[in-house]
Amino acid sequence: MASRRKITLDRRKVVEKILKDRGDILLVTGLGAPTWDAAAVGDHPNNFYLWGGMGGAVLTGLGLALAQPKRRVLVITGDGEMLMGVGGLATVAVQKPSNLAICIMDNQRYGETGMQETHTEHGVDLAAMAAGAGFQKYSTVYNNRELAEAIPVLYSEQGPVFVDVKVTDAPQPMTLPPRDGPMLKHRFRENLLGHV
Amino acid sequence: MAISYKLQRRKVVHQILKERGDAAVITGIGNAVHDVASFNDDPKNMYLAGVMGGASMVAFGIALAQPKRRVLVITGDGELLAGVGSLATIGVEQPKNMSIIVIDNQAYGATGNQHTHTGSGVDLVGIAAASGFKKTALITTQAELESELPKIHSEPGPYFAVVKVTNKSSPRIDAPRDGTYVARRFRAAVTGESM
Amino acid sequence: MATKKKKKTDWSKEVFKVLKKADIRQIAYVPDAGHTSLIKMAVADNAIKPVSLTSEQEGIAVLSGAWLGGEAGALLMQSSGVGNVINMLGMANECRFPLLMLVTMRGEWGEFNPWQVPMGQATETVLDAAGVIIHRADDPAEIAETVEAAAKIAFDSGRMVAVLIGQRVVGFKDWTK
Ligand SMILES: Cc1ncc(C[n+]2csc(CCOP(=O)(O)OP(=O)(O)O)c2C)c(N)n1
Ligand SMILES: [Mg+2]
Repeated sequence: MASRRKITLDRRKVVEKILKDRGDILLVTGLGAPTWDAAAVGDHPNNFYLWGGMGGAVLTGLGLALAQPKRRVLVITGDGEMLMGVGGLATVAVQKPSNLAICIMDNQRYGETGMQETHTEHGVDLAAMAAGAGFQKYSTVYNNRELAEAIPVLYSEQGPVFVDVKVTDAPQPMTLPPRDGPMLKHRFRENLLGHV
Repeated sequence: MAISYKLQRRKVVHQILKERGDAAVITGIGNAVHDVASFNDDPKNMYLAGVMGGASMVAFGIALAQPKRRVLVITGDGELLAGVGSLATIGVEQPKNMSIIVIDNQAYGATGNQHTHTGSGVDLVGIAAASGFKKTALITTQAELESELPKIHSEPGPYFAVVKVTNKSSPRIDAPRDGTYVARRFRAAVTGESM
Repeated sequence: MATKKKKKTDWSKEVFKVLKKADIRQIAYVPDAGHTSLIKMAVADNAIKPVSLTSEQEGIAVLSGAWLGGEAGALLMQSSGVGNVINMLGMANECRFPLLMLVTMRGEWGEFNPWQVPMGQATETVLDAAGVIIHRADDPAEIAETVEAAAKIAFDSGRMVAVLIGQRVVGFKDWTK
């Protein structure tokens, strides 16, 4: 179990740092704040935002990673969303997609719905769960030094990798990306495949 | 990864049930139902013959409602994986009177022995520990089973053990299949109220 | 908007009284904004065990166990959670477990997020197909009595009941702030 350490990281800054030099990664975001975080850095045709399907972000990333083995796929999602589909970690670990990275914005809260505490507030350790599921590369990040170490892991370490970033629950302004599903799908595919 | 294990599921389950006392026993769908039914059809058995992924949470609800009684879950690896997030929920709630025993044959035995995730590196004990279970065990030998038995029945929980067993199947012994009957009989047995 | 806010906590208070009267001892939930005050009251009440779930399907199982163990419970979720519970409902149906679900609707009245619409629009059909009795409440003034009726049919007649609390009641989600 993770020992209690002070949580100071600001999620917006974390996501900005992660996405600053994104190269050609394909990004999948889980519903709610992780999607707003990515949108705040800037909308991008290689972003696929989930606006629903809670519990499905990691598995969406898995399917994409399997379909595009030459491209790096990054999933950024929340702790609540991750917990809802946490069995997906076992599915990912068994598939061993070397190009998939998962990054959790773990504010220990269900942010969207009123900041209720999630299971990670009460000792559930997502990185250790990923380890139990069979991930070889996993870590929990509490500060900028650890974040600086984790970012290259997300981009280039042999996957699947799992990084749980502990962030504060400070509310952030909402930055809304496009939400029309067919538009997001067409844009993403056209940019990736050259056709819709 | 094909490690072969020697423990036989039916013997393991019978040995556990021999010392159950007045514990309630919840089985997950799959061979666990037959393992438990083949020992005896105790009215304090609740057999789940559906709802894959639900056994631990059914047991958790019972554990909350019956805090003085030990509640045992006997289930398979596939069933547990189907609702593995439940471990986090139980890990947060810390019910003292609950034990989960996973009979792990690394296979979906009931549907044709397809591999489950536990044969490919998924460590359920590690996930349980990460979820907040403070008492966990991996049981692969008869000696380990025997040293864990008292903990299964009386260690303040939540307790979680994986028992690695051979994937040879045992004869099918059916439990009563009518859910309404089993449920009412169970409820009467644990509450003392009439059916 | 101010009057709406007031109504929101008012109906929650009345519903909570109804739940207490029905001797609800376990309240399982995945949060929804519309359930905020009910969840808070459940957590604050010593006689109620609040259970925060990772996924709604766990809730059907917990409440089945609660009933087996002699307690009554309720499940709070939003309409998208209904999609997660369908298979698990089979147990409550087969065993005639009483099941009380309070579902705050999304994807209907003034919905902003198109992704909520498919499940919101399918909620009634899907619950109906799964054998759940459906009560709707679209006026804050009628929610408590609807929950009371639902609790009765659930616990006295051993049935699965969902109270769908209209999005109209909860109000538009204000996406601008
Ligand atoms: C199946 C389902 N249940 C519940 C919801 C309601 N819901 C939307 S976002 C959210 C919270 C997500 O929390 P987390 O993933 O931790 O993201 P955060 O906002 O905290 O970053 C919830 C409960 C939903 N959309 N779908
Ligand atoms: Mg969160």
